[in-house]
Amino acid sequence: MFDQLSDRLAETLSGVRSRGKLTEADVDRAMREIRLALLEADVNFKVVKSFTETVRERCLGAGVLDSLNPGQQVVKIVNEELAELMGGASRDLAFAGSGPTVILMAGLQGSGKTTACAKLAKLLAGQGKSAALVACDTQRPAAVDQLVTVGQQAGAKVYEQGTDRDPTEIAEWALGQAKAAGDDVLIVDTAGRLHIDEDLMDELAAIRKRTKPHDILLVLDAMTGQDAVNVADAFAERVDFDGVLLTKLDGDARGGAALSVKAVTGKPILYASVGEKLDQLERFHPERMAGRILGMGDVMSLIEKAEEVSDKKQAEDLERKIRRQEFTLDDFLQQMRQVRRMGPLGNVLGMMPGMGKAVRQIRQADVDDRELDRLEAIILSMTPAERARPQLIDGSRRKRIARGSGTTVQAVNQLVKQFGQMRKLMAQLAKGKMPDPQQLGLR
Amino acid sequence: MARSWRDTFELGESAEGAGVGEGSSDRESGRGLFRRLRQSLSKSRQALQAELGASLFEQLDDEAWERMEEALILADVGARTTAEVVGRLETEVEGGTLSGGEAVRERLVELLAEAAGGDDARIDLRARPAVIMVVGVNGTGKTTTIGKLAWHVRNELDLSVIVAAADTYRAAAIEQLEQWSERAGTEIVRGSPGGDPGAVVFDAIAAAQSRDVDVVIADTAGRLHTHSNLMAELAKVRRVAAKRLDGAPHESLIVIDATTGQNGLRQAQAFAEAVELTGVVLTKLDGTAKGGIALAIASELGLPVKLIGVGEGLEDLRPFDAREFAAALLAE
Repeated sequence: MFDQLSDRLAETLSGVRSRGKLTEADVDRAMREIRLALLEADVNFKVVKSFTETVRERCLGAGVLDSLNPGQQVVKIVNEELAELMGGASRDLAFAGSGPTVILMAGLQGSGKTTACAKLAKLLAGQGKSAALVACDTQRPAAVDQLVTVGQQAGAKVYEQGTDRDPTEIAEWALGQAKAAGDDVLIVDTAGRLHIDEDLMDELAAIRKRTKPHDILLVLDAMTGQDAVNVADAFAERVDFDGVLLTKLDGDARGGAALSVKAVTGKPILYASVGEKLDQLERFHPERMAGRILGMGDVMSLIEKAEEVSDKKQAEDLERKIRRQEFTLDDFLQQMRQVRRMGPLGNVLGMMPGMGKAVRQIRQADVDDRELDRLEAIILSMTPAERARPQLIDGSRRKRIARGSGTTVQAVNQLVKQFGQMRKLMAQLAKGKMPDPQQLGLR
Repeated sequence: MARSWRDTFELGESAEGAGVGEGSSDRESGRGLFRRLRQSLSKSRQALQAELGASLFEQLDDEAWERMEEALILADVGARTTAEVVGRLETEVEGGTLSGGEAVRERLVELLAEAAGGDDARIDLRARPAVIMVVGVNGTGKTTTIGKLAWHVRNELDLSVIVAAADTYRAAAIEQLEQWSERAGTEIVRGSPGGDPGAVVFDAIAAAQSRDVDVVIADTAGRLHTHSNLMAELAKVRRVAAKRLDGAPHESLIVIDATTGQNGLRQAQAFAEAVELTGVVLTKLDGTAKGGIALAIASELGLPVKLIGVGEGLEDLRPFDAREFAAALLAE
């Protein structure tokens, strides 16, 4: 289930490492693992096929064959190609020179359009733009009420005319209102629709024609499977959307659908929704998504998250410490406490390099916050000197710490060992080196 | 043929003795509905007959096996379950027990239907009141499913229903269920926005007991299975239900969106741990997504699909038909 590609590749290529060379058969075996990992991440089958072909070519190149560490090279190539595919021509929202900027939101039922409208309004408000919403979902029961409520929570004006008028007319009317009121942005919420529902797709095209949106966003559930390409294709054809807003990324879906959509339509992912609260919408980072799809950590995300919660200076200190391997158990404790303020544990841990396996273990053992309490207790039972230099912790100190924290010597051992490995790994990643895949498992 | 609505439920003796004929509306509109399902399942694809053309199964070379796998992967069945099912078929073919392309194709459909858990799983409504709890991640169609289910239970089975609006989190979720309950003609017990969902379910069961209502269907807030605090809240709702009525909830159904990819398995796993699921409702099968993840869920977790959703109308909720579902997975 939660297997990390790096773990698997390390296994697959473990024989190769001693020989130091990749044969064609090795590459094929590695490609099989990559293919499986991408399929498990819900990347579309056809995208996977062409992607692995590209990667295979590159892996068979001379540079790779001569390299000393083929396993690492394969991971690096896959990551690079993936980031390339995810990134490329990104764009910002296009804003109107004068009058309200119109943003049209479209998508399947249940993808999260209504909530995304309010989140986007809040995000834009943070950039000094007054955003109003208009309720054009006259299909789903109580959708208008929902938009009014979340709009209020986001501090945005909501234009609505109930459910009896035609959505196209409501949108046009609201545009007039927004112009008169001098709103900077008008976000149009529409009914969720199946991409094969001709009538509703016509309606969407009509709304587009009347309101001439500056931006059309396809709202896409990050958990979508193979069908994402059909959906994106159909919406691209009918309304030629400009970018994607990816929702529900706070779950544990790998989000391969994002890659499929980008590969098939060429449209960039602009925003990602990462939590239930209205301020949990952020700019999308393609390079992070590559790591997520592969199940690999991303030290940059971790540092930036820390930045949001702590202050900037602290974050800089942290980054320097990570680079120099001066990251202490005190820092770890501080981080852990911040992490707990950041939200779901698996989420944040998943971003820490090499923590994939830890996340898995935590899930399996069905411990989350209690486990953190235990780790905290262990660290708090150490002296300041021990926290700064864990290598000081010998047998008798371990016994003392175990007694003090009400845990076992094994638990203390485990923490100290994992911390040491994590410190090394973080330093490597921060310096831009690819980690040794063997280490990613934190064995 | 698909099962009728009455076959979909396990009813107590009293209800069976009530002498309601074989779901009358089933008889009359069954074919129409069925055609609709088939249409929706094959929309923008080839007709079912053209599924992986029979010729593919005549000449079973590497490419043929690969195309079978491809079809299943594209249907979101997942690499592992696909490999298992196709592997079984391959073994049988090598064993020489199957002759002719048609027999091979038939067998594949059969194997897939088996992996999907067959379709003899029923919804248990024997208790009085019988309590059904509906759970799932955000946006899968829980509230809509409950509206449709309530309507069917009332109209097909002649049982009285209370819906419990225990999604006190999402804005306007209560209003949405209210509108559905009006359409379905059922009572509703509602809490206040931000209120305690457990209390709503408790009150709904109590109301059903005092008014002799047969079935309680509880809506819950959508939640991502990774939010452990929200999953703990759900487990509590379940405990509260059991406190009011021994054995409740008698059914805990997870609603899975057919467009969901491999994450669906994790969703089912996490919800099963929190509330002991008894089955799956697979929604949004009227699009181009085939819902193959339900097959992975059934075969890996032993959770059968009990109902499918094929549209937005009240009648667009259907009993699950494993064979038809399996055949549709192979349609290109």
